[in-house]
Amino acid sequence: MIAPDRTQPHVDTAPKVSDEIRKTTCYMCACRCGIDVHMKRGADGKLQVAYIEGNRDHPVNRGVLCAKGSAGIMQHLSPARLRAPLKRTGPRGSGQFEEISWEEAMETARGWLAPLREQAPEKLAFFTGRDQSQSFTSWWAQAFGTPNYAAHGGFCSVNMAAAGIYTMGGAFWEFGSPDWERTKLFMLFGVAEDHDSNPIKMGLGKLKARGAKVIGVNPIRTGYNAVSDEWVGITPGTDGLFILSLIHCLLKAGRIDLSYLARFTNAPVLVNGDPKSPDHGLLLTTDDGVHMVIDRRTGKPAPFDGEGVEPDLAGSLRRAGVSHRSVMQHIAERYLSDDYAPETTERLTGIPANTTRRIAADLARTAFDEAITLDRPWTDFRGHRHETMTGRPVSFHAMRGISAHSNGFQTCRALHLLQILLGAVETPGGMRFKPPYPKPATAHPKPHCRVTPGKPLDGPHLGFVQGPDDLCLTEDGSPARIDKAFSWENPMSAHGMMHMVISNAHAGDPYPIDTLFLYMANMAWNSSMNTAEVQRMLSDTDAGGDYVIPRIIVSDAYSSEMVAYADLVLPDTTYLERHDCISLLDRPISEPEAAADAIRWPVVEPERPGHAGVRGFQSTLLDLGHRLKLPGMTAADGSPVYSDYADYIQTHERRAGVGPLAGWRVGEAEGESTPATAGSGLRHGRGAPNGAQLDSYIRNGGFWTGHIPEEAAFYKPWNRAYQDWAVAIGLYDKPLPYVFSLWCEPLRRFQLAAEGQGRRQPPDHLRARIRATLDPLPIWYPPLQDGHADPVEFPLHALTQRPMAMYHSWGSQNAWLRQIHGMNPLYVPTGVWEANGFRTGDWARVTSQHGEITVPVAHMAALNPNTVWTWNAIGKRKGAWALDPEAPEAKKGFLLNHLIHELLPPKGDGLRWSNSDPVTGQAAWFDLRVKIEKVAAPRQTYPDTGTQRSPVPPAPQTVRRTTGAKE
Amino acid sequence: MTDLPEKTERKLGLVIDLDTCVGCHACVIACKGWNTENYGAPLADADAYGTDPVGAFLNRIHTFEVQPDPREDGSLPPAQMFHLPKSCLHCDDAPCVTVCPTGASYKRVEDGIVLVNETDCIGCGLCAWACPYGAREMDPAEKVMKKCTLCVDRIYNDNLPEADRQPACVRTCPAGARHFGDLADPDSAVSRLVEARGGMDLMPEQGTKPVNKYLPPRPRDAEIDVLAPYLAPVDEHPKGFLGWLDRALGKL
Repeated sequence: MIAPDRTQPHVDTAPKVSDEIRKTTCYMCACRCGIDVHMKRGADGKLQVAYIEGNRDHPVNRGVLCAKGSAGIMQHLSPARLRAPLKRTGPRGSGQFEEISWEEAMETARGWLAPLREQAPEKLAFFTGRDQSQSFTSWWAQAFGTPNYAAHGGFCSVNMAAAGIYTMGGAFWEFGSPDWERTKLFMLFGVAEDHDSNPIKMGLGKLKARGAKVIGVNPIRTGYNAVSDEWVGITPGTDGLFILSLIHCLLKAGRIDLSYLARFTNAPVLVNGDPKSPDHGLLLTTDDGVHMVIDRRTGKPAPFDGEGVEPDLAGSLRRAGVSHRSVMQHIAERYLSDDYAPETTERLTGIPANTTRRIAADLARTAFDEAITLDRPWTDFRGHRHETMTGRPVSFHAMRGISAHSNGFQTCRALHLLQILLGAVETPGGMRFKPPYPKPATAHPKPHCRVTPGKPLDGPHLGFVQGPDDLCLTEDGSPARIDKAFSWENPMSAHGMMHMVISNAHAGDPYPIDTLFLYMANMAWNSSMNTAEVQRMLSDTDAGGDYVIPRIIVSDAYSSEMVAYADLVLPDTTYLERHDCISLLDRPISEPEAAADAIRWPVVEPERPGHAGVRGFQSTLLDLGHRLKLPGMTAADGSPVYSDYADYIQTHERRAGVGPLAGWRVGEAEGESTPATAGSGLRHGRGAPNGAQLDSYIRNGGFWTGHIPEEAAFYKPWNRAYQDWAVAIGLYDKPLPYVFSLWCEPLRRFQLAAEGQGRRQPPDHLRARIRATLDPLPIWYPPLQDGHADPVEFPLHALTQRPMAMYHSWGSQNAWLRQIHGMNPLYVPTGVWEANGFRTGDWARVTSQHGEITVPVAHMAALNPNTVWTWNAIGKRKGAWALDPEAPEAKKGFLLNHLIHELLPPKGDGLRWSNSDPVTGQAAWFDLRVKIEKVAAPRQTYPDTGTQRSPVPPAPQTVRRTTGAKE
Repeated sequence: MTDLPEKTERKLGLVIDLDTCVGCHACVIACKGWNTENYGAPLADADAYGTDPVGAFLNRIHTFEVQPDPREDGSLPPAQMFHLPKSCLHCDDAPCVTVCPTGASYKRVEDGIVLVNETDCIGCGLCAWACPYGAREMDPAEKVMKKCTLCVDRIYNDNLPEADRQPACVRTCPAGARHFGDLADPDSAVSRLVEARGGMDLMPEQGTKPVNKYLPPRPRDAEIDVLAPYLAPVDEHPKGFLGWLDRALGKL
């Protein structure tokens, strides 16, 4: 034994941290935090990625970073990275490929797509997944001329986005956030630990630090709900009913913000009450076409925005024997009904009546008795000056948990109604919009679908319909889009319906396509309902032995499950090797007090030694666009307009002076709104393109922020100073003040059509459902699956959540993160656990009306008694992601997706109803009902979808990362 | 056997707020990233993409469910879930130090940080057996004992901006649930936090006198006042609402 020595060894407490810090934007989830990538110079003199931490100056994360972000280095070094373009050599799904040159790959793609563009552009279906360049990819698809483009919103959270925009010109997450600094009571609905990731944790930390109350409403008590001061373990799919019950209590007690409702919403506007009128249920207008209210001063009709008008919330107008009543009267009539009394709703929601009543009282007390006042004068759009800003310090956040139900749209609307009745939107302490929001539905484009062979589409694909005239239908009334978005089945599908593309293309309904082109979407795995069946559709052949979906092109950075089903693979880079812009034209990173955008840039060059290499997908798309001679991408002399995506980011103009990035554009600074370094010849907001713009971003930490003036920081939809600032910065071309739509007219226009009014008529089988579900005021109805799957036979709700330390399927090949989440049991509540006699290590067969899976189970007490759940997308197909085919992800991991069909089960009416929200088409993932029974432990989870061959070599046995000096 | 110092000048350590920790594992991976690049051998992962990956981590999160006792009225409060981040607690009476046969494990006199001098570590694993918290892990490749260094190569590192001279786990924690400072100084921010929030030792019965402290969760669900007043209706009849509305608007 060595003698102890009291002399301490020398420790180098100040080692050199890195040779250089490169600041870019994370892409380990959709949160888009700023990161400092520490680089060290290796033995070969090249800079290597050594360590990643949060950027302290960045508006999204202020220096913090989640587990995924810090593990980005392992994503960048993943053994699953593709190395060259691939051409399929075996059957689809086999994973058999040969590497080809980029020239061969691009000419192959051109050869497939050029004839389509000349003859039938709609035969290209181009869909992108968690793409953060949708303003670019949609522009490309528009130039190609196909109507069949969308991103992944339809299976993610379109209900949240659409309900928010139609109701109040913005929703949660990138649209708006709680006023974390001032809120005193925070309610969180159905947030599955992501969306958005770090900002919610930072916000909760702020609330906790000052002891503000947090109420979590979620069937599952993990993560954010675990730290909630109060947990409401609601029955899945009943959030809307709970919210309307809270509204019932508030209305009954008169605890609503009357002044706010009268001035800033359409609550005082009169509703046409004449059942014989073609406009029955629409809002009355004055002769000038302005929404009509009763002026309390005169008792007479007046325009809602008239000089000095005092809108009467209780107004009504009797004309020709018909009463036209205010929206507020309709609200009172509906929600004061005992249908919404807590004693009525508790049976369905599982929330005791006294809990609902207590939470309603908590909300009212905080909003009104603990109101806050900022001494900040401001002027509203009517020209009225206010000396102070009054705040209702209650705030809410919600995400997929309430959104991914077939009643999700109306549930999200109900939540916004609650916020607005409390006067807690765009007021201090409540919810605040982030530029370019607020932006009402009427200021967004409408969807376009007119195809002309050889020409661009007639306008943007996606948008916000105002009524039946805006639907994407062909002459014969059938859907114009392959996903049937903007059709009578789901008229307000603002994000498209990516989850329907493969099954519709396979069925040739509404028409067959030729080429399916997917980017960053794992549709052969966790991004599809009904995964095994989707795999079959992708590889199904017709009588002649040809694939039913003739061609599939996929762009991905990794060896995913979807890659195995591609005919041609265009390999993408990792996020540290690429240019991107997080643009105000798209899904920016703004904060309530500032507009902001950001870039990614290659902090290392994409090198795949010995192989043809990989390219940023957007640059690949520009190259393909040029080869196809698409307008906007091809100059008059035939040369490419943009050399690559970086060039596009800097020089593309969407409107005069407005491009993908708002910072450091060319032009002289003009006052406060558009300052830049004096005399630099650069300005922010509007300005001419700057060929060195990316350098400015890199010098400034990878992002730009433009601060909103203090007097413009609240009441943004109605605040003159905000509206003027937004015009100066280029968000709008003219001021766009508007009032919130408690009564949502576009919904009513579809109901009118279903009642027989108007030129465009829905098919008869949809009339009753449209009348029932597209109500202009928020309603609740049971999840549609409940009408198809017997609640007695399938008594349990089944949900998924995404863990905080893992995002999307690509997290599972991360050497560090898979040690946190390497398998996913099905969590079972106590009563069900005991009733089935489960013990630790047991397995269960889980059956839905559609299918069955066999999976490991685990007990969890902090769970709604009728709900089972698991982590999303941990399970992997054998052979994918460069994992050992025997890895726990492949043997014990599983997808709930196998239990969920795109269509609801037949119910004997001869029809197959879509398993989605009837308003927006959002995939109703969380409507799933199952039953569960104990089974003997099998060798692995069921179903087994086979093994795919890996186009990349086996992963190394041991990871032992050394860089720079350590090398 | 290795001696412990009789007294350390400072007691640097962590204060971890269990009321705020959402269990996101950000601290786990930030720690892994920094310490792979810094102090001693890189933290290796064996079978990294295989059937049984085993990597060295200096900080891990454990999750516990708690079923509170029934309330006075007999009803059962909802079950609760807690996240416990756990790394070396830099104990005053650190059994991992005294058990070390080579003197590789030691506690620093100046700040109380417990370190392993990897040059002297023979990988015998005695210290890991001696630690009641399971806070030490053998590196699967280097076969030396790895443990939390409290980022001794960050906290004094003048190559870093001053704001960043704190452990990687503290710097990255999104919820602000981790705090770093001198627990020997009663006026330090961490000592005041421990005082205000009733900071606790983990498993005090082990007698190791840990420096790190945990702030207990605030009461959940429990403090709900079942007798709190509900909202009083403006009128018992639905039609009365409009009359109230008219009167209320008149007062605006």
